[in-house]
Amino acid sequence: MDALIAEFPLFAAGFVGTLRLCLFAAVGSLVLGTILAAFRVSPLPPLRFVGLAWVTVFRNSPLVVVLFLCAFALPLVGVRFPTFAGNAFFWPGVAGLTAYTAAFVCEAVRAGINSVPPGQAEAARAVGLTFQQTLGTIVLPQALRSVVPPLGSVIIAMIKNSAIVGAFGVAGDLFSVDSALQATSRYSALSILTGVAICYLVITIPAGIALGMLERKIEVKR
Amino acid sequence: MTSVLYDAPGPRTRRNTAVGTAVALVVLLGLVVLAVIQLAANDQLDPEKWGPLFNPANRYFVATWGALADGLVNTVLGAVLTLVFALTIGTLLAMARISSTRAYRWLVVGVIELLRGLPVVITIYFAARVLPEVGIALPPLWYLVIGLTAYNCVIIAEIIRAGVAALPRGQSEAAYAVGLTRSQVLRLILLPQAFRIMLPALISQLVVIVKDTSLGFVIFGFSEFVRAANTVIQFFIGQLGINLTLQMYIAVALVFILVNYGLGKLAEYTERRLGRARRSAAPPELATAGAGAGGAAGGA
Repeated sequence: MDALIAEFPLFAAGFVGTLRLCLFAAVGSLVLGTILAAFRVSPLPPLRFVGLAWVTVFRNSPLVVVLFLCAFALPLVGVRFPTFAGNAFFWPGVAGLTAYTAAFVCEAVRAGINSVPPGQAEAARAVGLTFQQTLGTIVLPQALRSVVPPLGSVIIAMIKNSAIVGAFGVAGDLFSVDSALQATSRYSALSILTGVAICYLVITIPAGIALGMLERKIEVKR
Repeated sequence: MTSVLYDAPGPRTRRNTAVGTAVALVVLLGLVVLAVIQLAANDQLDPEKWGPLFNPANRYFVATWGALADGLVNTVLGAVLTLVFALTIGTLLAMARISSTRAYRWLVVGVIELLRGLPVVITIYFAARVLPEVGIALPPLWYLVIGLTAYNCVIIAEIIRAGVAALPRGQSEAAYAVGLTRSQVLRLILLPQAFRIMLPALISQLVVIVKDTSLGFVIFGFSEFVRAANTVIQFFIGQLGINLTLQMYIAVALVFILVNYGLGKLAEYTERRLGRARRSAAPPELATAGAGAGGAAGGA
Protein backbone atom coordinates (compact mmCIF):
# COMPACT_ATOMS: atom_id res chain seq x y z
CA MET A 1 0.00 0.00 0.00
CA ASP A 2 2.79 2.47 0.91
CA ALA A 3 4.38 1.70 -2.46
CA LEU A 4 1.20 2.81 -4.25
CA ILE A 5 1.19 6.15 -2.39
CA ALA A 6 4.93 6.82 -2.58
CA GLU A 7 5.35 5.77 -6.20
CA PHE A 8 2.01 7.01 -7.48
CA PRO A 9 3.34 8.41 -10.80
CA LEU A 10 4.88 5.03 -11.65
CA PHE A 11 1.63 3.22 -10.89
CA ALA A 12 -0.34 5.81 -12.87
CA ALA A 13 1.91 5.24 -15.88
CA GLY A 14 1.41 1.48 -15.59
CA PHE A 15 -2.34 2.01 -15.25
CA VAL A 16 -2.40 4.04 -18.46
CA GLY A 17 -0.24 1.37 -20.11
CA THR A 18 -2.75 -1.33 -19.18
CA LEU A 19 -5.67 0.78 -20.45
CA ARG A 20 -3.81 1.42 -23.72
CA LEU A 21 -3.07 -2.26 -24.20
CA CYS A 22 -6.72 -3.12 -23.47
CA LEU A 23 -8.07 -0.41 -25.76
CA PHE A 24 -6.19 -1.74 -28.78
CA ALA A 25 -7.03 -5.35 -27.98
CA ALA A 26 -10.71 -4.55 -27.27
CA VAL A 27 -11.23 -2.77 -30.58
CA GLY A 28 -9.31 -5.46 -32.45
CA SER A 29 -11.12 -8.39 -30.85
CA LEU A 30 -14.60 -6.83 -31.20
CA VAL A 31 -14.03 -6.27 -34.92
CA LEU A 32 -12.37 -9.65 -35.54
CA GLY A 33 -14.87 -11.48 -33.30
CA THR A 34 -17.86 -9.98 -35.12
CA ILE A 35 -16.38 -10.97 -38.49
CA LEU A 36 -15.80 -14.50 -37.15
CA ALA A 37 -19.40 -14.65 -35.87
CA ALA A 38 -20.61 -13.64 -39.35
CA PHE A 39 -18.42 -16.45 -40.72
CA ARG A 40 -19.99 -18.92 -38.31
CA VAL A 41 -23.58 -18.20 -39.42
CA SER A 42 -22.62 -17.74 -43.07
CA PRO A 43 -24.25 -19.95 -45.72
CA LEU A 44 -20.79 -20.78 -47.14
CA PRO A 45 -19.32 -23.96 -45.55
CA PRO A 46 -15.63 -22.94 -45.90
CA LEU A 47 -16.27 -19.74 -43.94
CA ARG A 48 -18.22 -21.63 -41.28
CA PHE A 49 -15.25 -23.97 -40.99
CA VAL A 50 -12.81 -21.07 -40.51
CA GLY A 51 -15.02 -19.59 -37.77
CA LEU A 52 -15.38 -22.91 -35.98
CA ALA A 53 -11.67 -23.71 -36.27
CA TRP A 54 -10.67 -20.32 -34.86
CA VAL A 55 -13.05 -20.65 -31.91
CA THR A 56 -11.98 -24.24 -31.15
CA VAL A 57 -8.27 -23.43 -31.28
CA PHE A 58 -8.25 -20.19 -29.33
CA ARG A 59 -10.88 -21.05 -26.72
CA ASN A 60 -9.01 -24.21 -25.79
CA SER A 61 -5.40 -23.00 -25.75
CA PRO A 62 -3.98 -21.05 -22.83
CA LEU A 63 -3.36 -17.37 -23.53
CA VAL A 64 0.24 -17.88 -22.42
CA VAL A 65 0.89 -20.27 -25.31
CA VAL A 66 -0.78 -17.89 -27.77
CA LEU A 67 1.43 -15.07 -26.49
CA PHE A 68 4.59 -17.18 -26.71
CA LEU A 69 3.66 -18.03 -30.31
CA CYS A 70 3.12 -14.36 -31.17
CA ALA A 71 6.26 -13.09 -29.47
CA PHE A 72 8.81 -15.82 -30.21
CA ALA A 73 7.54 -18.06 -32.99
CA LEU A 74 6.07 -15.51 -35.42
CA PRO A 75 9.40 -13.62 -35.78
CA LEU A 76 10.94 -16.94 -36.91
CA VAL A 77 8.56 -17.08 -39.88
CA GLY A 78 9.23 -13.50 -40.86
CA VAL A 79 6.45 -11.69 -38.94
CA ARG A 80 8.19 -8.94 -36.98
CA PHE A 81 6.40 -6.51 -34.69
CA PRO A 82 7.65 -2.93 -34.20
CA THR A 83 8.35 -1.78 -30.64
CA PHE A 84 5.84 0.54 -28.98
CA ALA A 85 7.38 3.33 -26.86
CA GLY A 86 10.37 1.04 -26.27
CA ASN A 87 8.23 -1.93 -25.21
CA ALA A 88 9.09 -4.89 -27.42
CA PHE A 89 6.15 -6.99 -26.20
CA PHE A 90 3.39 -4.43 -26.68
CA TRP A 91 2.34 -5.32 -30.23
CA PRO A 92 2.84 -9.10 -29.92
CA GLY A 93 0.78 -8.79 -26.71
CA VAL A 94 -1.99 -6.89 -28.48
CA ALA A 95 -1.96 -9.43 -31.33
CA GLY A 96 -2.15 -12.45 -29.00
CA LEU A 97 -4.80 -10.90 -26.76
CA THR A 98 -6.85 -9.92 -29.82
CA ALA A 99 -6.69 -13.36 -31.44
CA TYR A 100 -7.59 -15.04 -28.15
CA THR A 101 -10.42 -12.68 -27.13
CA ALA A 102 -11.91 -12.66 -30.64
CA ALA A 103 -12.88 -16.32 -30.17
CA PHE A 104 -14.90 -15.42 -27.06
CA VAL A 105 -16.42 -12.34 -28.72
CA CYS A 106 -17.45 -14.54 -31.65
CA GLU A 107 -19.28 -16.97 -29.38
CA ALA A 108 -21.00 -14.16 -27.45
CA VAL A 109 -22.23 -12.53 -30.65
CA ARG A 110 -23.39 -15.82 -32.12
CA ALA A 111 -25.24 -16.73 -28.93
CA GLY A 112 -26.90 -13.30 -29.03
CA ILE A 113 -28.10 -13.78 -32.61
CA ASN A 114 -29.42 -17.24 -31.72
CA SER A 115 -31.20 -15.94 -28.61
CA VAL A 116 -33.81 -14.08 -30.66
CA PRO A 117 -36.75 -16.50 -30.77
CA PRO A 118 -37.51 -17.71 -34.30
CA GLY A 119 -41.11 -16.59 -33.78
CA GLN A 120 -39.94 -12.96 -33.98
CA ALA A 121 -38.57 -13.37 -37.50
CA GLU A 122 -41.52 -15.57 -38.50
CA ALA A 123 -44.00 -12.97 -37.30
CA ALA A 124 -42.10 -10.23 -39.11
CA ARG A 125 -42.20 -12.21 -42.34
CA ALA A 126 -45.85 -13.05 -41.80
CA VAL A 127 -46.82 -9.35 -41.70
CA GLY A 128 -44.92 -8.89 -44.96
CA LEU A 129 -41.61 -7.31 -43.98
CA THR A 130 -38.74 -7.85 -46.42
CA PHE A 131 -35.48 -9.60 -45.49
CA GLN A 132 -33.73 -6.28 -44.80
CA GLN A 133 -36.64 -5.00 -42.71
CA THR A 134 -36.85 -8.25 -40.74
CA LEU A 135 -33.15 -8.23 -39.97
CA GLY A 136 -32.78 -4.48 -39.45
CA THR A 137 -35.88 -3.66 -37.42
CA ILE A 138 -36.77 -6.92 -35.67
CA VAL A 139 -33.88 -9.34 -35.23
CA LEU A 140 -30.71 -7.23 -34.93
CA PRO A 141 -32.01 -4.72 -32.34
CA GLN A 142 -33.06 -7.59 -30.09
CA ALA A 143 -29.85 -9.52 -30.74
CA LEU A 144 -27.80 -6.45 -29.86
CA ARG A 145 -29.52 -6.14 -26.48
CA SER A 146 -28.82 -9.72 -25.52
CA VAL A 147 -25.24 -9.49 -26.83
CA VAL A 148 -24.16 -6.51 -24.73
CA PRO A 149 -24.01 -8.22 -21.29
CA PRO A 150 -21.95 -11.25 -22.36
CA LEU A 151 -19.70 -9.01 -24.48
CA GLY A 152 -19.13 -6.84 -21.43
CA SER A 153 -18.06 -9.89 -19.42
CA VAL A 154 -15.71 -10.92 -22.23
CA ILE A 155 -14.08 -7.48 -22.25
CA ILE A 156 -13.71 -7.44 -18.44
CA ALA A 157 -12.08 -10.88 -18.64
CA MET A 158 -9.82 -9.50 -21.35
CA ILE A 159 -8.72 -6.62 -19.10
CA LYS A 160 -7.77 -9.17 -16.45
CA ASN A 161 -6.00 -11.30 -19.08
CA SER A 162 -3.95 -8.29 -20.14
CA ALA A 163 -1.98 -8.82 -16.91
CA ILE A 164 -0.60 -12.01 -18.49
CA VAL A 165 0.90 -9.94 -21.32
CA GLY A 166 2.69 -7.85 -18.71
CA ALA A 167 3.77 -10.86 -16.68
CA PHE A 168 5.30 -12.30 -19.73
CA GLY A 169 7.37 -9.46 -21.10
CA VAL A 170 7.82 -5.73 -20.88
CA ALA A 171 4.63 -4.21 -22.25
CA GLY A 172 4.68 -0.99 -20.20
CA ASP A 173 1.56 -1.99 -18.25
CA LEU A 174 0.77 -2.38 -14.54
CA PHE A 175 2.83 -5.52 -14.28
CA SER A 176 5.97 -3.62 -15.34
CA VAL A 177 5.56 -1.52 -12.17
CA ASP A 178 6.46 -4.60 -10.18
CA SER A 179 9.71 -5.30 -12.02
CA ALA A 180 10.67 -1.62 -11.84
CA LEU A 181 10.07 -1.44 -8.06
CA GLN A 182 11.49 -4.87 -7.35
CA ALA A 183 14.79 -3.66 -8.83
CA THR A 184 14.98 -0.81 -6.30
CA SER A 185 14.26 -3.27 -3.43
CA ARG A 186 12.80 -0.42 -1.37
CA TYR A 187 9.38 -1.99 -0.95
CA SER A 188 8.11 -5.39 0.12
CA ALA A 189 6.46 -7.63 -2.47
CA LEU A 190 3.27 -7.39 -0.41
CA SER A 191 3.28 -3.62 -0.65
CA ILE A 192 3.99 -3.51 -4.40
CA LEU A 193 1.56 -6.24 -5.39
CA THR A 194 -1.23 -4.87 -3.20
CA GLY A 195 -0.81 -1.61 -5.13
CA VAL A 196 -0.95 -3.45 -8.47
CA ALA A 197 -4.00 -5.44 -7.33
CA ILE A 198 -5.81 -2.26 -6.25
CA CYS A 199 -5.15 -0.72 -9.68
CA TYR A 200 -6.78 -3.71 -11.39
CA LEU A 201 -9.73 -3.64 -8.99
CA VAL A 202 -10.21 0.06 -9.75
CA ILE A 203 -10.87 -0.99 -13.35
CA THR A 204 -12.71 -4.30 -12.97
CA ILE A 205 -15.11 -3.65 -10.05
CA PRO A 206 -16.65 -0.41 -11.42
CA ALA A 207 -16.77 -2.03 -14.87
CA GLY A 208 -18.67 -4.98 -13.39
CA ILE A 209 -21.13 -2.70 -11.56
CA ALA A 210 -21.69 -0.57 -14.67
CA LEU A 211 -22.27 -3.70 -16.73
CA GLY A 212 -24.82 -4.98 -14.20
CA MET A 213 -26.72 -1.67 -14.38
CA LEU A 214 -26.61 -1.65 -18.17
CA GLU A 215 -27.82 -5.24 -18.20
CA ARG A 216 -30.87 -4.42 -16.09
CA LYS A 217 -31.61 -1.39 -18.22
CA ILE A 218 -31.60 -3.07 -21.63
CA GLU A 219 -32.94 -6.44 -20.49
CA VAL A 220 -35.53 -7.86 -22.88
CA LYS A 221 -38.61 -8.83 -20.89
CA ARG A 222 -39.97 -12.09 -22.23
CA MET B 1 -32.53 -19.12 -36.95
CA THR B 2 -30.90 -17.88 -40.12
CA SER B 3 -33.30 -20.05 -42.10
CA VAL B 4 -36.43 -18.29 -40.80
CA LEU B 5 -35.10 -14.98 -42.17
CA TYR B 6 -35.64 -16.01 -45.75
CA ASP B 7 -37.38 -18.63 -47.89
CA ALA B 8 -35.83 -21.96 -48.78
CA PRO B 9 -33.13 -21.20 -51.39
CA GLY B 10 -34.24 -21.34 -54.99
CA PRO B 11 -32.06 -22.35 -57.95
CA ARG B 12 -30.40 -18.92 -58.20
CA THR B 13 -29.52 -18.73 -54.49
CA ARG B 14 -28.22 -22.27 -54.57
CA ARG B 15 -26.02 -21.37 -57.55
CA ASN B 16 -24.76 -18.23 -55.78
CA THR B 17 -23.96 -20.29 -52.68
CA ALA B 18 -22.05 -22.81 -54.77
CA VAL B 19 -20.06 -20.04 -56.50
CA GLY B 20 -19.39 -18.35 -53.17
CA THR B 21 -18.22 -21.64 -51.66
CA ALA B 22 -15.86 -22.23 -54.57
CA VAL B 23 -14.43 -18.69 -54.32
CA ALA B 24 -14.00 -19.00 -50.53
CA LEU B 25 -12.25 -22.36 -50.97
CA VAL B 26 -9.85 -20.93 -53.54
CA VAL B 27 -9.05 -17.96 -51.28
CA LEU B 28 -8.50 -20.27 -48.28
CA LEU B 29 -6.28 -22.60 -50.29
CA GLY B 30 -4.32 -19.58 -51.50
CA LEU B 31 -3.77 -18.48 -47.89
CA VAL B 32 -2.62 -21.98 -46.91
CA VAL B 33 -0.19 -22.07 -49.85
CA LEU B 34 1.13 -18.62 -48.88
CA ALA B 35 1.63 -19.81 -45.31
CA VAL B 36 3.50 -22.91 -46.45
CA ILE B 37 5.71 -20.83 -48.77
CA GLN B 38 6.43 -18.45 -45.89
CA LEU B 39 7.27 -21.39 -43.59
CA ALA B 40 9.53 -22.97 -46.20
CA ALA B 41 11.27 -19.66 -46.94
CA ASN B 42 12.13 -19.36 -43.25
CA ASP B 43 13.34 -22.92 -42.99
CA GLN B 44 10.51 -23.98 -40.67
CA LEU B 45 9.46 -27.11 -42.61
CA ASP B 46 12.77 -28.83 -41.86
CA PRO B 47 11.98 -32.39 -40.61
CA GLU B 48 14.79 -31.90 -38.10
CA LYS B 49 12.58 -29.33 -36.34
CA TRP B 50 9.31 -31.28 -36.45
CA GLY B 51 10.75 -34.74 -35.87
CA PRO B 52 11.61 -34.52 -32.16
CA LEU B 53 7.97 -33.66 -31.43
CA PHE B 54 5.87 -35.36 -34.09
CA ASN B 55 7.89 -38.29 -35.45
CA PRO B 56 8.21 -41.28 -33.07
CA ALA B 57 11.10 -42.60 -35.18
CA ASN B 58 13.17 -39.49 -34.45
CA ARG B 59 16.08 -40.19 -32.09
CA TYR B 60 15.17 -37.25 -29.80
CA PHE B 61 11.43 -38.05 -29.71
CA VAL B 62 11.38 -40.12 -26.52
CA ALA B 63 13.70 -37.82 -24.58
CA THR B 64 11.81 -34.70 -25.68
CA TRP B 65 8.41 -36.01 -24.62
CA GLY B 66 9.94 -37.43 -21.46
CA ALA B 67 11.10 -33.95 -20.48
CA LEU B 68 7.70 -32.51 -21.39
CA ALA B 69 5.91 -35.21 -19.40
CA ASP B 70 7.67 -34.07 -16.22
CA GLY B 71 6.09 -30.66 -16.70
CA LEU B 72 2.77 -32.17 -17.69
CA VAL B 73 2.62 -34.05 -14.37
CA ASN B 74 2.86 -30.76 -12.50
CA THR B 75 0.20 -29.22 -14.73
CA VAL B 76 -2.23 -32.09 -14.09
CA LEU B 77 -1.44 -32.11 -10.35
CA GLY B 78 -1.98 -28.36 -10.19
CA ALA B 79 -5.32 -28.61 -11.99
CA VAL B 80 -6.62 -31.51 -9.89
CA LEU B 81 -5.56 -30.00 -6.54
CA THR B 82 -7.06 -26.66 -7.54
CA LEU B 83 -10.32 -28.32 -8.51
CA VAL B 84 -10.55 -30.14 -5.17
CA PHE B 85 -9.76 -27.06 -3.06
CA ALA B 86 -11.83 -24.68 -5.16
CA LEU B 87 -14.87 -26.98 -5.01
CA THR B 88 -14.60 -27.35 -1.23
CA ILE B 89 -13.99 -23.69 -0.45
CA GLY B 90 -16.41 -22.57 -3.15
CA THR B 91 -19.20 -24.68 -1.67
CA LEU B 92 -18.52 -23.30 1.81
CA LEU B 93 -18.52 -19.74 0.41
CA ALA B 94 -21.80 -20.37 -1.41
CA MET B 95 -23.36 -21.76 1.79
CA ALA B 96 -22.12 -18.76 3.77
CA ARG B 97 -23.51 -16.40 1.17
CA ILE B 98 -26.91 -18.07 1.05
CA SER B 99 -27.53 -18.84 4.69
CA SER B 100 -25.69 -16.38 6.92
CA THR B 101 -26.89 -13.23 8.63
CA ARG B 102 -26.80 -9.95 6.75
CA ALA B 103 -23.56 -8.46 8.14
CA TYR B 104 -21.73 -11.69 7.57
CA ARG B 105 -23.16 -12.05 4.07
CA TRP B 106 -21.81 -8.63 3.09
CA LEU B 107 -18.37 -9.79 4.12
CA VAL B 108 -18.66 -12.88 1.92
CA VAL B 109 -19.94 -10.80 -1.01
CA GLY B 110 -17.02 -8.43 -0.49
CA VAL B 111 -14.47 -11.25 -0.61
CA ILE B 112 -16.12 -12.73 -3.70
CA GLU B 113 -16.18 -9.41 -5.57
CA LEU B 114 -12.59 -8.67 -4.58
CA LEU B 115 -11.15 -11.98 -5.75
CA ARG B 116 -13.33 -12.03 -8.86
CA GLY B 117 -11.98 -8.66 -9.96
CA LEU B 118 -8.33 -9.70 -9.79
CA PRO B 119 -6.42 -11.21 -12.71
CA VAL B 120 -5.52 -14.85 -11.91
CA VAL B 121 -1.93 -14.25 -12.88
CA ILE B 122 -1.77 -11.59 -10.13
CA THR B 123 -3.17 -13.94 -7.45
CA ILE B 124 -0.63 -16.62 -8.45
CA TYR B 125 2.23 -14.13 -8.53
CA PHE B 126 1.03 -12.71 -5.21
CA ALA B 127 1.10 -16.16 -3.61
CA ALA B 128 4.54 -16.92 -5.06
CA ARG B 129 6.17 -13.65 -3.96
CA VAL B 130 4.34 -12.64 -0.80
CA LEU B 131 4.05 -16.00 0.99
CA PRO B 132 7.84 -16.65 1.08
CA GLU B 133 8.33 -13.03 2.15
CA VAL B 134 6.14 -13.52 5.23
CA GLY B 135 7.93 -16.76 6.04
CA ILE B 136 5.61 -19.33 4.45
CA ALA B 137 7.93 -21.23 2.14
CA LEU B 138 6.15 -24.00 0.21
CA PRO B 139 7.02 -26.17 -2.77
CA PRO B 140 6.32 -24.00 -5.88
CA LEU B 141 3.38 -26.18 -6.95
CA TRP B 142 1.45 -24.92 -3.93
CA TYR B 143 1.83 -21.28 -4.92
CA LEU B 144 0.14 -22.16 -8.19
CA VAL B 145 -2.61 -24.10 -6.41
CA ILE B 146 -3.19 -21.32 -3.85
CA GLY B 147 -3.29 -18.61 -6.52
CA LEU B 148 -5.63 -20.58 -8.77
CA THR B 149 -7.86 -21.62 -5.86
CA ALA B 150 -8.20 -18.03 -4.63
CA TYR B 151 -9.73 -17.07 -7.96
CA ASN B 152 -11.62 -20.21 -8.88
CA CYS B 153 -13.28 -20.82 -5.51
CA VAL B 154 -15.29 -17.61 -5.82
CA ILE B 155 -16.27 -18.45 -9.40
CA ILE B 156 -17.43 -21.88 -8.25
CA ALA B 157 -19.27 -20.28 -5.32
CA GLU B 158 -21.15 -18.11 -7.82
CA ILE B 159 -21.92 -21.11 -10.04
CA ILE B 160 -23.35 -23.05 -7.08
CA ARG B 161 -25.33 -20.04 -5.88
CA ALA B 162 -26.82 -19.67 -9.37
CA GLY B 163 -27.70 -23.36 -9.24
CA VAL B 164 -29.50 -22.99 -5.91
CA ALA B 165 -31.31 -19.90 -7.20
CA ALA B 166 -32.45 -21.81 -10.30
CA LEU B 167 -34.18 -24.52 -8.23
CA PRO B 168 -37.97 -24.29 -7.94
CA ARG B 169 -39.09 -22.62 -4.67
CA GLY B 170 -41.18 -25.66 -3.85
CA GLN B 171 -38.02 -27.62 -3.08
CA SER B 172 -37.05 -25.55 -0.04
CA GLU B 173 -40.69 -24.94 0.95
CA ALA B 174 -41.39 -28.65 1.04
CA ALA B 175 -38.17 -29.30 2.98
CA TYR B 176 -39.07 -26.70 5.61
CA ALA B 177 -42.61 -28.08 5.74
CA VAL B 178 -41.38 -31.54 6.74
CA GLY B 179 -39.42 -29.89 9.56
CA LEU B 180 -35.82 -29.73 8.30
CA THR B 181 -33.60 -26.96 9.70
CA ARG B 182 -32.02 -24.26 7.54
CA SER B 183 -28.70 -26.04 7.26
CA GLN B 184 -30.38 -29.38 6.57
CA VAL B 185 -32.44 -27.84 3.76
CA LEU B 186 -29.29 -26.46 2.21
CA ARG B 187 -27.18 -29.56 2.73
CA LEU B 188 -29.68 -32.29 1.94
CA ILE B 189 -32.09 -30.71 -0.53
CA LEU B 190 -30.68 -27.66 -2.33
CA LEU B 191 -26.93 -28.27 -2.72
CA PRO B 192 -27.15 -31.78 -4.22
CA GLN B 193 -29.60 -30.56 -6.83
CA ALA B 194 -27.62 -27.39 -7.48
CA PHE B 195 -24.48 -29.47 -8.12
CA ARG B 196 -26.44 -31.62 -10.49
CA ILE B 197 -27.83 -28.88 -12.67
CA MET B 198 -24.57 -26.93 -12.53
CA LEU B 199 -22.36 -29.87 -13.50
CA PRO B 200 -21.87 -28.62 -17.09
CA ALA B 201 -20.84 -25.17 -15.81
CA LEU B 202 -18.46 -26.78 -13.33
CA ILE B 203 -16.84 -28.87 -16.07
CA SER B 204 -16.47 -25.73 -18.21
CA GLN B 205 -14.73 -24.09 -15.26
CA LEU B 206 -12.33 -27.04 -15.19
CA VAL B 207 -11.31 -26.10 -18.75
CA VAL B 208 -10.47 -22.63 -17.45
CA ILE B 209 -8.45 -24.14 -14.59
CA VAL B 210 -6.48 -26.41 -16.94
CA LYS B 211 -5.68 -23.45 -19.18
CA ASP B 212 -4.70 -21.28 -16.24
CA THR B 213 -2.21 -23.80 -14.84
CA SER B 214 0.05 -22.51 -17.62
CA LEU B 215 0.23 -19.24 -15.66
CA GLY B 216 2.57 -21.12 -13.33
CA PHE B 217 5.30 -19.74 -15.61
CA VAL B 218 5.41 -16.62 -13.40
CA ILE B 219 6.56 -18.74 -10.44
CA PHE B 220 10.33 -18.77 -10.28
CA GLY B 221 11.79 -22.28 -10.35
CA PHE B 222 8.53 -24.08 -11.10
CA SER B 223 8.32 -26.39 -14.10
CA GLU B 224 4.83 -26.92 -15.48
CA PHE B 225 4.08 -27.93 -19.07
CA VAL B 226 4.78 -24.56 -20.73
CA ARG B 227 7.93 -23.94 -18.68
CA ALA B 228 9.16 -27.47 -19.47
CA ALA B 229 8.56 -26.71 -23.15
CA ASN B 230 10.69 -23.56 -22.87
CA THR B 231 13.47 -25.53 -21.17
CA VAL B 232 13.44 -28.07 -23.99
CA ILE B 233 13.54 -25.26 -26.57
CA GLN B 234 16.58 -23.74 -24.85
CA PHE B 235 18.25 -27.14 -24.71
CA PHE B 236 17.72 -27.78 -28.41
CA ILE B 237 19.04 -24.32 -29.35
CA GLY B 238 22.00 -24.49 -26.99
CA GLN B 239 23.10 -28.11 -27.31
CA LEU B 240 21.93 -29.22 -30.75
CA GLY B 241 21.64 -25.97 -32.67
CA ILE B 242 18.03 -26.75 -33.63
CA ASN B 243 15.49 -23.95 -33.16
CA LEU B 244 12.13 -25.68 -32.77
CA THR B 245 10.35 -22.79 -31.01
CA LEU B 246 7.42 -22.69 -33.45
CA GLN B 247 7.02 -26.47 -33.56
CA MET B 248 7.16 -26.76 -29.77
CA TYR B 249 4.43 -24.18 -29.12
CA ILE B 250 2.26 -25.80 -31.77
CA ALA B 251 2.70 -29.16 -29.99
CA VAL B 252 1.95 -27.59 -26.58
CA ALA B 253 -1.15 -25.85 -27.95
CA LEU B 254 -2.33 -29.13 -29.52
CA VAL B 255 -2.08 -30.97 -26.20
CA PHE B 256 -4.11 -28.26 -24.43
CA ILE B 257 -6.64 -28.12 -27.26
CA LEU B 258 -7.14 -31.91 -27.22
CA VAL B 259 -7.65 -32.05 -23.44
CA ASN B 260 -9.90 -29.01 -23.27
CA TYR B 261 -11.89 -29.93 -26.36
CA GLY B 262 -12.60 -33.29 -24.73
CA LEU B 263 -13.66 -31.60 -21.48
CA GLY B 264 -15.87 -29.20 -23.46
CA LYS B 265 -17.58 -32.10 -25.21
CA LEU B 266 -18.04 -33.80 -21.82
CA ALA B 267 -19.75 -30.64 -20.53
CA GLU B 268 -22.08 -30.59 -23.54
CA TYR B 269 -22.86 -34.27 -23.13
CA THR B 270 -23.62 -33.84 -19.42
CA GLU B 271 -25.88 -30.91 -20.20
CA ARG B 272 -27.84 -32.91 -22.77
CA ARG B 273 -28.14 -35.89 -20.44
CA LEU B 274 -29.27 -33.81 -17.49
CA GLY B 275 -31.82 -32.05 -19.69
CA ARG B 276 -33.23 -35.41 -20.77
CA ALA B 277 -33.25 -36.81 -17.22
CA ARG B 278 -35.16 -33.81 -15.89
CA ARG B 279 -37.75 -33.97 -18.64
CA SER B 280 -38.39 -37.68 -18.27
CA ALA B 281 -38.39 -37.61 -14.44
CA ALA B 282 -41.02 -34.91 -14.12
CA PRO B 283 -44.69 -35.88 -14.43
CA PRO B 284 -46.45 -34.10 -17.31
CA GLU B 285 -48.08 -31.31 -15.27
CA LEU B 286 -44.73 -30.37 -13.72
CA ALA B 287 -42.74 -30.62 -16.93
CA THR B 288 -42.88 -26.89 -17.65
CA ALA B 289 -41.47 -25.97 -14.23
CA GLY B 290 -38.64 -28.46 -14.71
CA ALA B 291 -37.87 -27.17 -18.17
CA GLY B 292 -37.79 -23.61 -16.81
CA ALA B 293 -35.18 -24.48 -14.20
CA GLY B 294 -33.14 -26.44 -16.73
CA GLY B 295 -33.29 -23.53 -19.14
CA ALA B 296 -31.99 -21.13 -16.52
CA ALA B 297 -29.11 -23.49 -15.80
CA GLY B 298 -28.24 -23.66 -19.48
CA GLY B 299 -28.20 -19.88 -19.73
CA ALA B 300 -25.91 -19.32 -16.75
